[in-house]
Amino acid sequence: MMAGGYSLWLPVDVSKHGFEIDRLIYALHILMAVLFVGWGIVFAYCLVRFRQRPGHRADAVVIKAKASKYAEIGVAVFEAVLLLAFAVPVLARVKNQFPSEAESEVVRVVAEQFAWNGHYAGADGVFGRTDPKFIAPDNLIGLDPNDPHGTDDIITVNELHVPVNKPVIVRLSSKDVIHSFAVPALRVKQDVIPGMTIPIWFEAARLGEFDIQCAQLCGNNHFKMRGRIHIDTDAAFAEWKKSKAPGEAPKVSEEDFQL
Amino acid sequence: MSAATHGSHAGHDHGAAHGHDLPFWRKYVFSVDHKVIGVQYTITALVFLLFGFSLMMIMRYQLAYPGRPLPIVGSWLGPGLVNADRSLSPDGYNVFGAMHGTIMVFLAVVPLVVGGFGNYVVPLQIGAPDMAFPRLNAASYWSYLSGGLVMFASFFMKGGAAQSGWTSYAPLAVISPGQTVWLLGMVLLITSSLLGSVNFIVTIVQLRAPGLSFFRLPFFVWAQFVTAFLLLLAFPPLEAAAILQLMDRIAGTSFFMPTGLVVSGQILPTEALPHTGGGSPLLWQHLFWFLAHPEVYVLILPAMGIVAEVVANNTRKPLWGYRSMVYAIIFLGFMSFIVWAHHMFMTGMGTKLSLFFATTTMIISIPSVVVLTALILSLWGAAMRFNSQFLFALAFLPMFAIGGLTGLPLGLPASDIHLHDTYYVIGHFHYVVAPGTIFAIFAGVYHWYPKVTGRKMSELLGRVHFWPSLICMNVIFLPMLFQGLQGLSRRTYDPLVYDAGQAVQGWHFVSSWGAWILAIAQIPFIINFFWSAVAGKKVSDNPWDATTLEWAAPSPPPHGNFLKSVSVYRDPYVYSPPGRPSDFWPQNQPPED
Amino acid sequence: MSATAEVIPHTVEPHPVTGVYNGKFGMWLFLASEIMLFGALFSSYVLLRVGSAEWPHGYSVLNVPLATVNTMVLITSSVTVVMAWYCLQLNDFGKARLYLLATIGLALVFMVIKYIEYSSKFEHHHYPRTNLFYGLYFTLTGLHGLHVLGGILVFLYFVGPGAGMWKTDPHRYTNRVECAGLYWHFVDLVWIFLFPSIYLL
Ligand code: HEM
Ligand SMILES: [Cu+2]
Ligand SMILES: [Cu+2]
Repeated sequence: MMAGGYSLWLPVDVSKHGFEIDRLIYALHILMAVLFVGWGIVFAYCLVRFRQRPGHRADAVVIKAKASKYAEIGVAVFEAVLLLAFAVPVLARVKNQFPSEAESEVVRVVAEQFAWNGHYAGADGVFGRTDPKFIAPDNLIGLDPNDPHGTDDIITVNELHVPVNKPVIVRLSSKDVIHSFAVPALRVKQDVIPGMTIPIWFEAARLGEFDIQCAQLCGNNHFKMRGRIHIDTDAAFAEWKKSKAPGEAPKVSEEDFQL
Repeated sequence: MSAATHGSHAGHDHGAAHGHDLPFWRKYVFSVDHKVIGVQYTITALVFLLFGFSLMMIMRYQLAYPGRPLPIVGSWLGPGLVNADRSLSPDGYNVFGAMHGTIMVFLAVVPLVVGGFGNYVVPLQIGAPDMAFPRLNAASYWSYLSGGLVMFASFFMKGGAAQSGWTSYAPLAVISPGQTVWLLGMVLLITSSLLGSVNFIVTIVQLRAPGLSFFRLPFFVWAQFVTAFLLLLAFPPLEAAAILQLMDRIAGTSFFMPTGLVVSGQILPTEALPHTGGGSPLLWQHLFWFLAHPEVYVLILPAMGIVAEVVANNTRKPLWGYRSMVYAIIFLGFMSFIVWAHHMFMTGMGTKLSLFFATTTMIISIPSVVVLTALILSLWGAAMRFNSQFLFALAFLPMFAIGGLTGLPLGLPASDIHLHDTYYVIGHFHYVVAPGTIFAIFAGVYHWYPKVTGRKMSELLGRVHFWPSLICMNVIFLPMLFQGLQGLSRRTYDPLVYDAGQAVQGWHFVSSWGAWILAIAQIPFIINFFWSAVAGKKVSDNPWDATTLEWAAPSPPPHGNFLKSVSVYRDPYVYSPPGRPSDFWPQNQPPED
Repeated sequence: MSATAEVIPHTVEPHPVTGVYNGKFGMWLFLASEIMLFGALFSSYVLLRVGSAEWPHGYSVLNVPLATVNTMVLITSSVTVVMAWYCLQLNDFGKARLYLLATIGLALVFMVIKYIEYSSKFEHHHYPRTNLFYGLYFTLTGLHGLHVLGGILVFLYFVGPGAGMWKTDPHRYTNRVECAGLYWHFVDLVWIFLFPSIYLL
């Protein structure tokens, strides 16, 4: 039951921040196991020891279970530690401490029923202006034809390329309903809310090609809203960019939108 | 005065007034007696439970064998729900998924634990002749039934039933077919809950028997009391949200619709979707979860109450830490209003807000730990009587523990990044509601059946029911946790589309077979339920040697419940009191006895 | 014989500890849930308004004088309903009935003015869908109007088919009017929030 780096617990992680999330998940599961086994031992012991049998009467005197108080305090303390020492720092790093745009690769992703449109700034490094009113079958994200910055932009469908070992900022937006941009292998997930642009960032540590899932129900073909993210070497990434004729509309078929 | 009162609205009060000389349909159909209404709720909700489960069994076929034609049922389902080859269609999957969630939560479990058990047991346990407002009680049931029928009918209407998940997130829900009827059904169900909750609170506060102070209340009554407050205060915001979404759908307002949407290549507003924009999709989520988080405590608190009753009764000793349990659930009730946004960590809210909701979530886990620990410690020094209800109540404890513990990684935003909206979530809350609440419901049925019918259910069938159910529940839901860890998204019609899905497809297969065998394992229960009503062993009024007041009434209790007025002299669970020969001391027995 | 009112304690007489009879307690709880309902709607209003780039001032697009008249009408009706209850306590059913009729009359005046207001909006092609402002305006005032309508029906019942209870069980009848009065004050109160926040701000 393994395919493409998937295992019984957590799938392959190719991001630089993912190990912190994984560590937290493992720590939590150890805590859970300890608690569960602790309860389980008392539970099992009681089931065996305190059955009804002739001559045995329940002991109604309330036992003083200091242990329970300690257990409860222990849980509280452990939770506080997990929260403050593990969860908060990761969260702050992932959500707040963005790398500077200058040293990162910036990509726009525009979600729609049922595809992921990638948008790269092209050679000039500036994104062309977009407006919903320009959206047409050959202009999926509504690039403004009058904006010179847009002429060299690269548009992709269900296919993202990012360089390895370089921070990547993804600006997420949606044309229609809520989607959720999820790349399990990168430990990335962010809802894509129409009417908002939400940036996220990550840095990939390994080469490869992985799934982009839509993690939020977005309509009947939600399940097919799958994209691929390619993590390339710098050279390969540059090569790929060059191979995309600037301003060319991506060749798409109905299939890409699963309509 | 009373005679006059009665005469003044003859024709309304009859049901309550003369339960004995009424025609059948007034006595058993349009009754205002809390016991009849309780039974009506129970039966209706059990039917919906089976229905909701059947929808899921069909979905489980698609998950185990993606794309394969459905055997048998494939030819019964309408064209929208199945593909040409009679396999379940994506639309069908989404419709069934949304309606499974809706039916299970709003039409099956809450009506069972509150409308069914609460209605039947609470007035008896507090020594009252009925609920405070019997006609309101009946209105609550009929409103519930209407809501249920509207939901059910929506399957056969143009556009079909709702298909945007039980969460109905906008904008999807605003533009999807079937949603209007869903919202109308919800308004009826919310009305029903509101009427019910007012009734419960008034009843518990005003109608307790003499001597029954708050700290002598059975834990079950406490659980219902807190639950009623949650329903009373959490449902109205959902009603508000439903009204706003209805306006969006019917009147074309844009409360949840932002500017600049492009649907199917058309920029809004269009003829069909006249939304001018400006609204906020997240507003819906806030309103929804403000209800729906307290709602999950509505699903679990009464279940804890049932388990506490059964545990005290069958360990033959008082509950350990009764008072701390009561304080815990009161605290839990308060806290449940300030944790809702832990369902929204991935919507892009700021870290400060995330931190706040993560902290409240960690805090709210403590009272659950207190209740669970108290119930487990209650086993210490017991003289356990392993009857069917006790088996189910015991099984509840570890199952609820798994459900509660798996909530922790979902409550911390950092780990939630990986787990949010995956099968891990599905596994987590099903451990709480399926082998958790549903098992508590079974325990309650076995426990109070003799009170309702005067007969016991079969112990043998009870065991044949219990063991396979326990095993199947774990076979179904444990795999989901592993699937979720792999990153498999929930609401995924064809899991094979994704690498993660392919990696864990084997588990889907296991899980589905678990679900189908679970269905078979319910047959002994269904037989037991009906057969025992006519052929079960006749038992005394207090077959379990229990202490709480409901057992002081005849089985089944007559109209008005008690033959003579009851007074309370002691705590609820005085089992095996030192120095007395009997191992139980009913609450209503005067001390001189 | 065992009528409901006899078997179920505190249907008419207050509970010694809580100091209220069941109906009044129930009404307070119901109003608590109503506060949550309108509270959620008000919060939505605030959130949507704060999140909007532009928002018309109520006074520049809505008919403030009419709404002011309506505010007076509703406040007056809150007084008349208290008077009705007061008269019942003094055993003067005739007068109480007049006050109830006055309440109904005032509520109808309120609805008629609402109708005039709505139709002039429709004439100018202002519909709920026009923009968020109108959406909220129609939804909030519409829901409030439904509450007024509910009140009218209840009071009609008290002066009509339900009036017989005054002869058979005056205490209970008085209680009913009191509870309906509580509800009516709440409806009034909602309007007192709605009026400034929609019409004046
Ligand atoms: C024991 C029988 C049950 C089985 C086999 C089962 C199975 C499932 C599965 C597999 C899903 C996920 C479907 C998907 O994401 O595509 C699901 C969703 C759900 N279930 Fe259950 N379930 C059961 C009982 C319950 C009960 C008792 C409740 C509630 C009290 C419940 C409430 C829900 C809810 C709220 C959802 C989410 C629906 C949505 O995505 O909108 N289920 N169930
Ligand atoms: Cu999507
Ligand atoms: Cu929650």
